[in-house]
Amino acid sequence: MIAMPVIDQGKCDGCGLCINVCRGDAVAMVGRTVAAVETGNCDWCTDCEAVCRTGAISCSYEIIG
Amino acid sequence: MAVQIESLKSIPYFSGLNPAELEAIRKYVFEKTAARDEVILLEGDTSDALYFVVSGVVKVFKTSAEGKEQIIRIVRPGESFNDVSVFDGAPNPTSAQAMGPVVISGITRNDLQNVLRDYPQVALNVNKVLAGQVRELMALVEDLSFKHVVNRVAKILLENAGNGAGSPPRLTQREMAAMAGTAREIIGRSLKALEQAHAIRLDRNRIMITDRETLREMAMMAPQARGRARPVGSAAGTTRDEGQQL
Ligand code: SF4
Ligand code: SF4
Repeated sequence: MIAMPVIDQGKCDGCGLCINVCRGDAVAMVGRTVAAVETGNCDWCTDCEAVCRTGAISCSYEIIG
Repeated sequence: MAVQIESLKSIPYFSGLNPAELEAIRKYVFEKTAARDEVILLEGDTSDALYFVVSGVVKVFKTSAEGKEQIIRIVRPGESFNDVSVFDGAPNPTSAQAMGPVVISGITRNDLQNVLRDYPQVALNVNKVLAGQVRELMALVEDLSFKHVVNRVAKILLENAGNGAGSPPRLTQREMAAMAGTAREIIGRSLKALEQAHAIRLDRNRIMITDRETLREMAMMAPQARGRARPVGSAAGTTRDEGQQL
């Protein structure tokens, strides 16, 4: 399973800005909040995290030494 | 395209105005769309309008002579861009590009002058908006010029790298920014700089340390972080606890 950005549903206010900027169609509205969708097109650009003003999206990096 | 009065209400430039005043201002405001990646303003060009984001997100950035991009601001619905050149008439200090499909509204310099003359409340609002932007920019200047963020990010990576056992530690750019006491916008650039120095390799959601010695040398040049709290949604995009040390 491919890693996807993690969305904290409790923080998401459903503004949709992450959907607007995602070029991989990898975030979608599900009910009143968004969820990451494994489309195979997420290149970890982290734009969704950058535009989210509530801090609901995390695109974390594994740091391998 | 005619602008809706509802979208004017959410713009800080027009806060405190009554419906009749907003209706009068509406006739000056035009609306247009831009496609993903469309460059709305180019650094160095001249333009005579102030813009507001109605929906979507616009990034405001500068490009260095080597073609490196530094994001200055992420402009979300209700916020404005091109404020500086609309007031001083000089070329655009930055470029602006749509991060996805966007709807923006705008007002030309001449029309804005009319509005400022007729509605002094707008002039007061302008002061507040510009002061907020100057404050954000001053914080960004400090990060870019004095804080050796690349070195600090090198240190963070060394201190947080996994040793191959168990699941590797994870950090977001937002978290790295909080740890380095800087803006999220600067972290992406720092990671790219470390990659160019062949100290790390970025592989989608992985940061692989490829040259520990180089990374260590860079980390040793990192000064201690000074505390500074920043509001979420500012150029920093993150808030950091005062006094947190690396
Ligand atoms: S940008 Fe943030 S708050 Fe808005 S829909 Fe996406 S996750 Fe939710
Ligand atoms: S990291 Fe980029 S491609 Fe992946 S979900 Fe976020 S915006 Fe879309």
